[in-house]
Amino acid sequence: MATVNATSSSAGRLLGSLRLPIGIVAFLGISLTVLGIDQFVNALTLGAIYALVALGYTMVYGIIELINFAHGDVFMVGSFVAMFISSSLLGNEGAITNIPLLAGSVLVLFALTIGVMAIVGALIERLAYRPLRRAPRLAPLITAIGVSFILQNVIQFFFGPTIVTVPQLVPIEWSIEVSGARVPLLNIFVIAASVALMFALQLFISRTRTGRAMRTTSMDRDASSLMGVDINRTIMITFLIGSGLAGAAGVVHGLYYGNTSFNLGFQSGLKAFTAAVLGGIGNTAGAALGGFLIAFIEVGASAFGYGRWGGAVVFSLLVIFLVFRPTGLLGSHSGDRA
Amino acid sequence: MSRIVDAANAPFAPVRAYFRKHRSFGIFVGVVLLSVALPLLTRVPPFDGIQSTNAWVNAFTTAAIYAMLAMGLNVVIGFAGLLDLGYAAFFALGGYTYALAASPFSGIHLPFWPMLLAGGIVGAIFGVLLGAPTLRLRGDYLAIVTLGFGEIVPITLMNADKFTDGVNGIGGIDKPSIPGILQFTLINPWPMYGLVVVLFTLIMIMIYRLEDSRLGRTWDAIREDELAAESSGVNTVIAKLQAFAVGASIAGIVGVVNAAKITIVTPDQFRFAVSISALAAVVLGGMGNTIGVATGAFIIYLFQSILLKQLNTLVENFNIPILNQVDFLEFQYVLYGIVLVLMMLKRPQGIFPARRRMREFAPLKIGKGGLK
Amino acid sequence: MLRARGVTRKFGGLVAVNNVDFEIPRGSISAIIGPNGAGKTTFFNVIAGIYAPTEGTIELDGKPLISPPTGAGREPILLVLPTIPFIGLAIYFLMAVGGDTGLIEGVASVAVALLGFVGALLLNIVRPAWYDRLIKRIGVTRPARPNDMVVAGLARTFQNIRLYKSLTTLENILVGMHVHLHGSLLGALFKTRLVREEEAAAEQRARELLAFVDLAGMENELAANLPYGKQRLLEIARAIASRPKLLLLDEPAAGMNPKETEEMTALIRRIRDELGITVLLIEHDMRVVMGISDYITVLDHGEKIAEGLPKAIRTNPKVIEAYLGRGAAAGH
Repeated sequence: MATVNATSSSAGRLLGSLRLPIGIVAFLGISLTVLGIDQFVNALTLGAIYALVALGYTMVYGIIELINFAHGDVFMVGSFVAMFISSSLLGNEGAITNIPLLAGSVLVLFALTIGVMAIVGALIERLAYRPLRRAPRLAPLITAIGVSFILQNVIQFFFGPTIVTVPQLVPIEWSIEVSGARVPLLNIFVIAASVALMFALQLFISRTRTGRAMRTTSMDRDASSLMGVDINRTIMITFLIGSGLAGAAGVVHGLYYGNTSFNLGFQSGLKAFTAAVLGGIGNTAGAALGGFLIAFIEVGASAFGYGRWGGAVVFSLLVIFLVFRPTGLLGSHSGDRA
Repeated sequence: MSRIVDAANAPFAPVRAYFRKHRSFGIFVGVVLLSVALPLLTRVPPFDGIQSTNAWVNAFTTAAIYAMLAMGLNVVIGFAGLLDLGYAAFFALGGYTYALAASPFSGIHLPFWPMLLAGGIVGAIFGVLLGAPTLRLRGDYLAIVTLGFGEIVPITLMNADKFTDGVNGIGGIDKPSIPGILQFTLINPWPMYGLVVVLFTLIMIMIYRLEDSRLGRTWDAIREDELAAESSGVNTVIAKLQAFAVGASIAGIVGVVNAAKITIVTPDQFRFAVSISALAAVVLGGMGNTIGVATGAFIIYLFQSILLKQLNTLVENFNIPILNQVDFLEFQYVLYGIVLVLMMLKRPQGIFPARRRMREFAPLKIGKGGLK
Repeated sequence: MLRARGVTRKFGGLVAVNNVDFEIPRGSISAIIGPNGAGKTTFFNVIAGIYAPTEGTIELDGKPLISPPTGAGREPILLVLPTIPFIGLAIYFLMAVGGDTGLIEGVASVAVALLGFVGALLLNIVRPAWYDRLIKRIGVTRPARPNDMVVAGLARTFQNIRLYKSLTTLENILVGMHVHLHGSLLGALFKTRLVREEEAAAEQRARELLAFVDLAGMENELAANLPYGKQRLLEIARAIASRPKLLLLDEPAAGMNPKETEEMTALIRRIRDELGITVLLIEHDMRVVMGISDYITVLDHGEKIAEGLPKAIRTNPKVIEAYLGRGAAAGH
């Protein structure tokens, strides 16, 4: 449905388009003062992780209008894969201080995990979702739940129900001083890596042919196929990228927190999905924004002593947005359905 | 082929016609027969070797509880077409309602029987509470919201320490009793078995009546085409709320029974896995088919609790190298996931398709009949 | 019987229906025609309650039926306001009992607040008539929904047939009779005599309706299995099952061969003559339109460009131009 913004004057329009950046800056400023530098950095880091996962949700929903329940668990499996790679293959027990070695290991870790999870995600699409593309809406939804459950419980089966430690390759002691507070380099690394990946994604979507195919397929699948777009390939690539990003998030999670667990995907997955909805489902910029927003809310709640209720707060936000503002903060970019 | 089947069924036709007309009686007869036959069956090999009859009866009771949950969820998903992923929340609320009404933790000891009704009412209220925000949401979003609700409730139960004793849950819940006649105990499974059988029969009868009623048709219409239903005069808002309320109140009642049976409720008993297991039973048994989902629930429960346990013993006894390190009971959750995926891919209408649903999952026919 | 005044419907910047005045005399068969995209179906949908008009009103039998919704911004207040006394009660109770609140008191307070909230929620969702009147006083009127239209005496069919495919023919009609059946949830559960009798009578009436549209004998056929022409008949039967005063038919003859079209025309006449139902139809098939309409209104680009008797419309230059272009009008 076409929407019309009613601002008539050009000054009004200018102000309108500045609303968002001003809002963001104001929000960041307020949170910095309220939370203090330590928690602020924590929130940014957590936000980066959520954003990476939220991107996968939003891209998949944008293109096939399916909430990929299994996506959060792809993130979780990614963290286990990263754990496995760094502890078994790279033979690492703890932090690496030799910088070239560190860089090399981290790079290998990212490359391998992203690669593996991308393939896993594409496999899931091929085996569980593609056959149901024309089925009634309930079917792929239920299948996605099933896949999610299988992933969670297979991992639990092999790795147990308790928290599993992950080697933290980047030493946590390394840090820099920012106005009296100690900011670990690890945080900066996580944020930088995530932002770099998000940036790469944006470039890919907006500049490449495949990216354009992804955008048009999410707007109108039939028209795109009539224009010669290979729908199956486009959807597969969407899953490849989304799952790869989730894998990257898994690596990052392990490096940052030093642990993981079989139910990471369920909790964080729902929060990341909330982030995607908050920002506007189908909208990649929105997913990133949503990820950071959710992280700030969660860290904020913890700071005020309501950490245990964090999950309930986020889910309540989800309900509120879905009911009152389903298009999210930045507007949704998924296909039109009556 | 179908002619052969019809011919084979022919002699039974008058019997089936009779029971179709007097369906409630038929259900009653069927359940009574089954509830007598099953315990008898456990006295013969190989079943008597697996566990004692009392243990079997206890297992049947739990299976029946699970089946009632599946039937209740089937009303929401199968009849009205609303994908509820947080069904365990209502089960929890029913259990906690009774726990707060009849345990040392709260200090009051209300009798069991009226609390059954209370559980149903609490369920209905929360069903409406959950349903209200979802009314204008599309399928996927509705599912996610119900999922969120299904998470919020256990989280709240865990954190509201003062009211619920948090993670520890509430224990020492009173067992039911009929004053002067019967006292339920932890040791004797038969009274609880009898109670559950009666409840199962009542619930099944009521659900079938609902299905054939004006409300059941309304749900069918909404599930098929909500806009057309509204244009036929149906108030879809009220109908959907009623679906949530009915489903949730069944879960509430069953929750009360379950709390009385195992005498303790903890937030951990009502995790997402419980909602998923109920969903798996519905999907396996046949969405929209009441007796089908009950059967599906029985199959899943007995498979997971008996068969998997037997697999463990078998593997142990034969000392199979890798497999005997594995605890097959842990495998049950993977089982739910596999059921969901396989059924959707291969046979989405379930093992026992509801007569009407067979149409929905058939591929679109082009040419004959109307446009979509 | 139905009067539309200045009805306008906008979708964002697009004006689909622009200031249309329209009147249907009781007992007539009226038609709305116009080229594709003229706004006919949108106008229809406004009357049927699917879209609320951006401007304008619609009256049925002199009583207001549809008008643009007002006071939308105040809706959240409606939810919060009634809940406040209950929350207040709960807080008062908690404070009165003192700092060391016992378990029961705590639960009771939460229960009271929750009940209040649920009550307010239900009121706003279910919208009983007295509540709608109440909130009208504070300036909030809500858009009418299609089921409200059915209660008021309207019924409609759809351009691309929306039957309940997996229900039988009979069941489709029974759903159509929804507003005239009163079986409640509890009545169904306990199979009360009232419900049983009502269901039996309903089934009887449904069979009669099927016979009326010449579908007798197909009661237990699944709607999806009916041939196209019969599906259209079924949809009409379902619509008249609600005993409407006014029947809206959206392209009833679409996709039909000449014989079926003739039967459809005859049926529409019988609906008006024997059942006393006023009919309004959208149609492209001019033979149907000219054949049975008492009165025709022509829309083009969302505006009414002509109205009147069939003979006059047939030769109206504006109408010809709208359908065939400027040259054709000059040619005639």
